[in-house]
Amino acid sequence: MHHTLSVTVQDKPGVLARVASMCALRGFNIRSLAVGPIHQPGLSRITLVVDDVAVEQVTKQLHKLVNVLKVSELDPNDSLEREVMLVRVSADPGIRREVRDTAEVFGATTIDVGAKTVTFELCDHPQRLSDFLALIGHYGVVDLVKSGRIAMARDAKAKTKAGTEQ
Amino acid sequence: MPKMSGAAVLIKSLEYEGVEVAFGVPGGAILPAYDPLLDSPIRHVLARHEQGAGHMAEGYAHATGRVGVVIVTSGPGATNIMTPLQNALMDSVPIVAITGQVALSSMGNDAFQEAPTTGMAMHCTKHTFLVTDANEICDVVHQAFHLASTGRKGPVLIDIPKDLLVTEIEWHEPGPVDLPGYKPSRAGHSRQIERAIDLIMEASQPVLYVGGGIIAAGASEELLQFAEALDVPVTTTLMARGAFPDAHRLAMGMPGMHGTYTAVTAMQEADLLIALGTRFDDRVTGNPATFAPGAKVIHVDIDPAEIGKVRNPEVPIVGDVRVVLEQLVSALGVRLGDESLPDRSHWLETIAGWQAKYPLSYQQEPDGPVKAQYVIEQLLEATGGDCIVVSGVGQHQMWASQFWSFSKPRTWINSGGLGTMGFAVPAAIGAKVGMPDELVVAVDGDGSFQMTFQEMVTASTEKVPIKVVLINNGGHGMVRQWQTLFYGRRYSATDLSGDSPNYAALAEACGWVGMMVETPDDVGPALRKMLSTNDRPVLLEIRTDPDEMVWPMVPAGGSCSDIALGPEDL
Ligand SMILES: Cc1ncc(C[n+]2csc(CCOP(=O)(O)OP(=O)(O)O)c2C)c(N)n1
Ligand SMILES: [Mg+2]
Repeated sequence: MHHTLSVTVQDKPGVLARVASMCALRGFNIRSLAVGPIHQPGLSRITLVVDDVAVEQVTKQLHKLVNVLKVSELDPNDSLEREVMLVRVSADPGIRREVRDTAEVFGATTIDVGAKTVTFELCDHPQRLSDFLALIGHYGVVDLVKSGRIAMARDAKAKTKAGTEQ
Repeated sequence: MPKMSGAAVLIKSLEYEGVEVAFGVPGGAILPAYDPLLDSPIRHVLARHEQGAGHMAEGYAHATGRVGVVIVTSGPGATNIMTPLQNALMDSVPIVAITGQVALSSMGNDAFQEAPTTGMAMHCTKHTFLVTDANEICDVVHQAFHLASTGRKGPVLIDIPKDLLVTEIEWHEPGPVDLPGYKPSRAGHSRQIERAIDLIMEASQPVLYVGGGIIAAGASEELLQFAEALDVPVTTTLMARGAFPDAHRLAMGMPGMHGTYTAVTAMQEADLLIALGTRFDDRVTGNPATFAPGAKVIHVDIDPAEIGKVRNPEVPIVGDVRVVLEQLVSALGVRLGDESLPDRSHWLETIAGWQAKYPLSYQQEPDGPVKAQYVIEQLLEATGGDCIVVSGVGQHQMWASQFWSFSKPRTWINSGGLGTMGFAVPAAIGAKVGMPDELVVAVDGDGSFQMTFQEMVTASTEKVPIKVVLINNGGHGMVRQWQTLFYGRRYSATDLSGDSPNYAALAEACGWVGMMVETPDDVGPALRKMLSTNDRPVLLEIRTDPDEMVWPMVPAGGSCSDIALGPEDL
């Protein structure tokens, strides 16, 4: 099991290094990390995915960092999680149509077409990315890149409406 | 307003924070700051090595409770203070380190004497600042002092590029501290206080397990009141020696690897540990899985990350331990209005029985080699215990902690968490600078002493008349002890050729009084002579038994229930 932590930090030089290397030095395995500014000026959010064992200590150690303002753990059942993936698969002109049809089912966008390959972009829940990859992988993955995970707690009101949307 | 240099602003900022002394070594990048220092009321103590300057700042902070300041240059100056920074982090000592840095425009270019100072110090400080605008200097200094001296105290580093020190700016008073991510709690949660009292009222074999947090928080009075109100025995960790008077009927001495039989066993047998400002260090717990197996735990600490790190407490209380103790005492007062404490006389009798049966002990033969423990006892007698004891790291440190009888806080200064050899001489200098009217005696080992003895020169030139009692057992005694016990007496690299250097001559060469004795009878008179010499620092070398070992002992990672009173128990 893993845990997703949403960490609000001050945009100060070295803050990402502090977070990442504190985790490394204390032996907390980071599975994924994504960082970017938020709507409030001077603040950024780091989304961290860490292993189960460590979560309480990670949270407390993160709080000890002076530039960390807030740490919240996001319950996977109660949060919106996204990753972006770019994947290039072999697709000779003869099967290109078929490959693209498969991708379309997942809502992946074709962003590049070469002589023997097609490149898709998919931004979705991490599980959907894995499912997509399992399928499209049959055609032969030539290259692949994934972003770190970003996540946000579900809005309490929207939750009942959206049900269990992933 | 007239303009002044960033360097002048820096020094004025230190004055604004109430700094009276700074320890340091100058150099290229920090040079501009040393000029306004000449006109400042701040005393500068010129150390002979930056590590020494850092430990001096620590010794000063330990002894006075105020923030110690160390100023060094970039590159090698900065790398040389990493040991004191980590030492201060482990022992929660409030110091502010100011490092010069190469000019902003040169940073990252491998410029002369450039080192990645904030990167190196990132994990051995509470926080680091890299100043990138001269106008920030006074606010950064203000924040650094705030961080160092509040919450869980610790080291803070400010790295200042040289060009900012020569930039002309206007002085302004620092604004209010703006650290939205830093809000240490003071009071404990009232529900947890009540739950703690519940456990205390139920416990039949409670122990107060007290750490350095009590000293940092200035909570000794409150601790005494609390312990007496409850009639609970107290053990003080290596960092907490002096937090509770050793002569008190409830005092059990030190716990852990070289703790007293009584303290170690009482924790193993306890049904409740009241852990105050302490962190369940492995030197205290041995194997944590077998530590205090039957005890529920109330853990009070100002650092939430310490709670549950090693041991999950039944009652976690985050707060300043002094405030929490006040809360506990008043909650207890209310509760004792209609309830009474359980009868714990049996527990106290059991403890008294252990104390009588298994006291700390050693054998001093009248014609045999001097035992270090005997030296400590003689020193205690000669001083009446009225002094600040500073120590190095090794057997002598354990013996000093074991055989001294502490009566008040801030009279025991040592390197606990990091175990830094070389700490004693510079830390003693810092302590004496901060407390010039107190007698300051460093009990040092020959190995530890040789790591920083150049600071003897600092002591004499700066007229800081400390005393050093050098326990010369001719080697790295503590390591040798492990080789004796666990490596079949194969002594690898632990012999320090006991007669070289000639310590007394070395001391004399540094402007000290140097003396040496090697028989038990000479120890007392030599100590008294040392104590009556106050115009200069004094070093008294005492040749001691190289084979003597520290007991009791809980082997590293072993169970505290298997505490050994001597080699036959291992
Ligand atoms: C800087 C440093 N290096 C190495 C050690 C490992 N070490 C721990 S105790 C010790 C020997 C200490 O010798 P001495 O100061 O003479 O004290 P003794 O044990 O002989 O009393 C050593 C080498 C250490 N603690 N610190
Ligand atoms: Mg020695």
